[in-house]
Formats: sequence, C-alpha cells, structure tokens
Amino acid sequence: MRPSRTIDVSTGLFVLLGFAAILFLVTQITNREFVLRSNSYLLLAQYENVGGLKPGAPVSMAGVTIGRVAEIHYDMKLYKAVVVMRMDGRYNQIPKDSDASIFTAGLLGGQYVGISPGGSDEVLKDGDKFEMVQDAIVLENLISKYLFNQAGKKSADAPAADPPAAKE
Amino acid sequence: MRAVAGEFLQSFLSFLERIGRLARFSFQLLALTPGGLLRGRLLIEQVYNAGALSLVIIMTCGLFVGMVLGLQGHELLQRFGSVEMLGSGAALTLLKELGPVVTALLFAGRAGTALASEIGLMRATDQLSAMEIMAVDPMRRVVLPRFLGGAIAMPLLTAVFVVVGIYGVQLIGVQFFGIDQGQFWSQMRGSVELRDVREGLVKGVAFGVACSLIAVYEGYHADPTAEGVGRATTRTVVISAVVTLLLDYILTALMI
Repeated sequence: MRPSRTIDVSTGLFVLLGFAAILFLVTQITNREFVLRSNSYLLLAQYENVGGLKPGAPVSMAGVTIGRVAEIHYDMKLYKAVVVMRMDGRYNQIPKDSDASIFTAGLLGGQYVGISPGGSDEVLKDGDKFEMVQDAIVLENLISKYLFNQAGKKSADAPAADPPAAKE
Repeated sequence: MRAVAGEFLQSFLSFLERIGRLARFSFQLLALTPGGLLRGRLLIEQVYNAGALSLVIIMTCGLFVGMVLGLQGHELLQRFGSVEMLGSGAALTLLKELGPVVTALLFAGRAGTALASEIGLMRATDQLSAMEIMAVDPMRRVVLPRFLGGAIAMPLLTAVFVVVGIYGVQLIGVQFFGIDQGQFWSQMRGSVELRDVREGLVKGVAFGVACSLIAVYEGYHADPTAEGVGRATTRTVVISAVVTLLLDYILTALMI
C-alpha cells in the first residue's frame, strides 16, 4: 500500500500546485479586480466622442483607480456615446457637479476616465449621470484644426499684404 | 517514370491510411473517455507519471527560459528607454507562446516518449495480447488512462511553467537589473488581460491532448520489435513537435 500512497500524495501535490499556478495567473497577473457586485454602483456619462476608451478601462480620481468602464454604447436619440462606469462601493461620496473627462495615460498609453471633484454637497448615486464631461482628444482633429488655422492665417495675411503693393 | 509515380502513390496511400487509423483510434478513445474518468486509481497513477514526474524538468526549464527572457528583454528595451515594460512583455510572451509551446515540447520529450515506449514494449512482449486473452480491453486498461493522464497534466504543467518563468524574469529584471518592483508588476497587470490567460490555458489543453494522443497511438501501433519500439519513440517526439507548432499557429490565428 505504501508506494500507492506516495503516488497519491505527490499527485495531489502536483495538481494543487497546478491549480495554484492558474489561480496566480488569473488573479495576480491580470488587471481584473474582483469587485463585489453588491457593493458597487453604476454611474453614467455622455460624450460626443470617446476616442479609444474601452470597457475595462480604469476610472480614476487623483490617480487612484476607483472604478472601471463597464460598458460603452451609442444613444441614437442623443447622438452621443454613453459610458457606463462601475464604481467601487467604498468611494460613494463623489460630488454631483464633478467633472468626468477622458484622458490618455502617457504618450502612447490607454485611455481612462479621470474624475475631478466638484464642490456640491449632493453626491452621485447609483444610475446618476455626470453633468460635466470632456471628450477624448482626437489627435487628427487637433492636427487638422492647427493646419486650418495656419492656412487661415496665411490667406488672411495675403490680402492685407497685397493692397499696399497694388497702390504703387 | 511509371515506377516512381507508382511508389509515390503507394506512400501517399499509406499516409492516408495512417491518418485514417489515427482518426479511428481517437474516436475510440473519445467514446471510452467518460468511463475512463471514473477509474480513479489508474488515472491518478498516470497523472503522477506524466505530470508529477515532469515537474522538476518543467520548473528548471521555466526558470531558465524566464531568466533568458529577462536578459534579452532588458537588453532590447534598454535601446528604447522603456525597461519598465519588461514585466508586461515577458508575461505576455510566456503566457501566450513560450509557456504552452516549450512545455509541450518538453512534455513530448519527457512524458510522450515514456508513454510510447512503455506501450510499445507491452506490444512487443505480447502483454497486450495476453490482456485480450484475459478479456481485459487494453484500450481501456492501458491506453485510455495514459492518454487522459497526459491530457490532464499538460495544462497544469503549462501554468506552473509560466509562473516559474515570470519568477525568473522578475529575478533578472528586478533583483539583477534593479527595475522598480512596483512598476514591473503594475505594468504587467496593466497589460495582461484575462483572455491572455485563457489563450495560454486553451493552448495547454490542446497541446496536451495532441501530444498524449500521438504518444499512445505510436506506442500502440509500434512494430513488435526492439527496432519498432525505438522508431515509435522517435516518431512520437518528431510528430509531437511538428503538430504542436502547427496547432500553435492555428490556435493563435483563431484567438488573437
């Protein structure tokens, strides 16, 4: 019976080690935090443009992650993107006039929602909507705006420079 | 010219025959699997043989693969001035590719050959025929538990390999090169998603099934001679390696 018992024990050890490794991979390596569903609450925000924001992106306040983007969908009536955020239940004192903006982490990092607190005494509750929002900055828009500005300046300069030349 | 064409046709036909036999063999195994899972004692023995006995080699290789990844990754990332990315880069590489593939190759070398030569020797020494005479089905008694044991052990070995590999990367990156510990782990957590872990585990299961199937098939159909057993063992390693890499491409294309 003895050899069979050692086999059982070492097999058990192996299987345990394997599952511990899987558990480690799932919980420690990934960014998935197991937020208790009962303890969390949802907040909404509407944007003209969410840029590259994706479900699972962090919602942070002063750099601390206090929630995650749960869902993004498009509202056909408002013609706006609706971002649903699942917030950690511990942080339930966000003033009603807080501002939710979409930022980019680093130069090439992913996008996230940054919340800067307002001064109101009333706090946001489950299902409430952020009143103040700021869209994601789309680099192409920024560049084209800059280019059009430059072009506009030149064409504005040109006629102003011409008349004196015509007078002569 | 005719003779060459005839020979070519013959070898093609025998190739098709092998594929057909392999398909029939795997369907037989599949049909027996539910019954085989209930025979715990046999199964545990084979999980021990394929898994627990491979643990040392898997962990050693995982550590060194991780450490090499740390050195190479650091050297590469240094050129772009972003050594903090080492954690996420190495973790993703290990999880998605290196972990499953290297584990499968080691598994084929360590456990696959053992399975093939064991079953092949049983065939060569007429033990399988003796079982049939005693009305014991060798498919159920010998082949199935070995196949299932290997298929169960492989994903667990993959997970162990990846964890030890990440420890190796950490050893080089954080302890040796002095990358900030917090940045290393937070970069890793920021970029690894649950689906990456899933991809690695799915690959582990697929490679485990493929390698074990090839090993027991080659052993079971080995020529009953010393030479035949040797050939079966060699073929196990070669075919397992090729199939693993082919499957890896297909699975990656499907899941990326």
